[in-house]
Amino acid sequence: MIEELPRWRRITDTVVRSVLPVVLALVVAGLIIAAMGSNPLDFFAGVWKYGVTGNNWQDSLRLMAPLMIIALGLIVAFRGQLWNLGYNGTFLLGSVVAAGAGPVLFPILPGWLVTAVIIVGALLIGAIWSIVPAVLKARFGTNEIITSLVMSFIAIGVVNLLIKGPLHDPNPRVTAPQTATIDRADLLPFFGGTRVHVGFLVAIALALVAQFVISRTSFGVRLDVFGASPKAAQHVGISRSWMIVLLFSLSGALIALAGTIDVLGNVTYMRANWNPGYGDAILPFVFLARLSPLGAIPLVAFYSVFANGGINAARSVGLSSDFLLVVVGLILVFMTITEYVGDKRRLGQSYLPAGMKQSVMSLFGPRTTATTRVPSSPEKATTPPEKVSTTKTTATRAPGKVTT
Amino acid sequence: MSELLSATVLAAFLTAIIVQTMPLILAAVGETIGEQSGVLNLGIEGVMLVGAYSGYVTALVTGSPWLGMLGGIAGGVVANLLMLVLNIWLGLNQIVIGLAITLMGEGITAVLYLQNYGKSPQSVPGDAWVIPGLSDLPVVGPSLFRQSGIFWVLLLTLVVVAFLLARTNWGLSIRAAGQKPSSLDAAGGNVVRTRSSAVLLNGAFVGAGGAFLSVLTTGTFTPFMTGGLGFIAIVITMLSRGRVAWIVVTSLLYGIAVAIKNPLQLIGVTVPADVFQMLPFIVVMLTLIIFARSSMVPPALGAPYTRGAR
Repeated sequence: MIEELPRWRRITDTVVRSVLPVVLALVVAGLIIAAMGSNPLDFFAGVWKYGVTGNNWQDSLRLMAPLMIIALGLIVAFRGQLWNLGYNGTFLLGSVVAAGAGPVLFPILPGWLVTAVIIVGALLIGAIWSIVPAVLKARFGTNEIITSLVMSFIAIGVVNLLIKGPLHDPNPRVTAPQTATIDRADLLPFFGGTRVHVGFLVAIALALVAQFVISRTSFGVRLDVFGASPKAAQHVGISRSWMIVLLFSLSGALIALAGTIDVLGNVTYMRANWNPGYGDAILPFVFLARLSPLGAIPLVAFYSVFANGGINAARSVGLSSDFLLVVVGLILVFMTITEYVGDKRRLGQSYLPAGMKQSVMSLFGPRTTATTRVPSSPEKATTPPEKVSTTKTTATRAPGKVTT
Repeated sequence: MSELLSATVLAAFLTAIIVQTMPLILAAVGETIGEQSGVLNLGIEGVMLVGAYSGYVTALVTGSPWLGMLGGIAGGVVANLLMLVLNIWLGLNQIVIGLAITLMGEGITAVLYLQNYGKSPQSVPGDAWVIPGLSDLPVVGPSLFRQSGIFWVLLLTLVVVAFLLARTNWGLSIRAAGQKPSSLDAAGGNVVRTRSSAVLLNGAFVGAGGAFLSVLTTGTFTPFMTGGLGFIAIVITMLSRGRVAWIVVTSLLYGIAVAIKNPLQLIGVTVPADVFQMLPFIVVMLTLIIFARSSMVPPALGAPYTRGAR
């Protein structure tokens, strides 16, 4: 086991580990559909029909824009082993900036300027909101899972209050709690004749930039060193507090941007209590992509089609569209199991791999370095090839290991 | 003014507090048992919904709210089996599994409810112990002393759990498993067994909380009816630091905040419901900022225990 596995083997392993959980989850989902007295094949055919055929692929791509940007926001935080679970609130904060400022500013200022102001505003608010858990963690070591979740709930409340109060549609005939609608002419530009807006291109471009930064720049290396071991990072001159604050605010800014883009290109206004829960849905795919921005693209695309088609497909077989939540949960479960079996197979009879234990340990309390390994297990064995498109050799830990 | 705050209004207010607070107390006690043993169950929102749904169905089928509660408890335990096997036995990531349980619990209960009862919603039969003498008292009579017997049994259970956690060897090993699992191991305890029992109890209590919500508080099930109550329970658990009495107090504050909406409206004060929903979270955030200490949670929370591993 000392020698490295051949390249083809690494690639197939990676693909198997990313695809197998999805396949298993779909199989179990099919069994559940069958148990509920519907035909699972009808459901999967429906996903294809409502998600791809005709003009439906356009809606899938339109859905993909916010999902992809949220995925990038999560990747940034998770790569630094920071659990930013405040995505729902941050997303809504970003949305409400567009839904609140858009209808007021678009009629009085040039469109490009308003779009720019809204996007900058959303980025700032997302970043500032996420700094709170970051500072608490950097300064006092407070568990960011709880603080980011709590901040998310506060954000949801604030957004609802804003929509019911100052941002309520001034039109007296509108009694429902919702904001005014942004004019179609003021929305982000659409690609000729389709319902896909330029936000999709922004999302893909951001993914490419993120991939470049992570794999080709010194910041990417610093990020991975920090994620592997904040202590080691401190030794080579990377400030732990600064990294926590930076990564959290980057993550928050990106997620807020996703909300803005979704409002400016897709939903055009906000209703109170609107919360699409994109972050929850995209979470498993971020892990399955081994936190690689490039690797996330096909997985997010898959989920966009599945989510877009699945809503109608579930209805067509007589199930509520909430069934998609079950499928996402199943993917999460099978993901951890696949991870476990994969590591177990490599390590033979040994205990849980140190990396697995360490990555969870390090979420709480003082972080340990990645060097505490089970003595008998060679280094190579605990770092199976994880990344879809790998260019880096410096990573001593497998970035995908947070899923363990 | 005075006639608005009549005995009837006060009684309704008190009843609302009781039925709003009880599910939260139960969920938070369950989460406390889990967290003290080192298992952060982020899935209790889903477990609550599973408990609420299974309790609702059992109560409908059998016609008995008591059996409904048992059904809810069973549902909660079954939902937590996933956490038991994947996290405690196999050592997989608690956060990911917790989120999975929440998502699956939300999804499957909504799907099942809409398929089975969506077209014809039914209500669960009520249950009340009219305590002779006391139930004739003004205000507390019609509210507190006409509660279901389940309420009294649960109160008794809470006292027992508080005693067990604070005063017995079992409670000590639970806390040891969360504080320093290796020391429990060295002292001859079994970390995996301790945590397993904690997680099953967690499921039972959280499931009971969900069932209370559906069977007694509302008398019916609606998809996503917990509306974040599970997360509030996690937050209350953190604030209470393992003490059942604190859980009761903080949950009561939440219950009062939710229930006060109607009396306030009667005297002409309208405060948006969102404010009350945010309140507990703001309190938590302020507490965390003011008393920023990492000791809000047991040190080994979230860490799977592997014997002999360093």
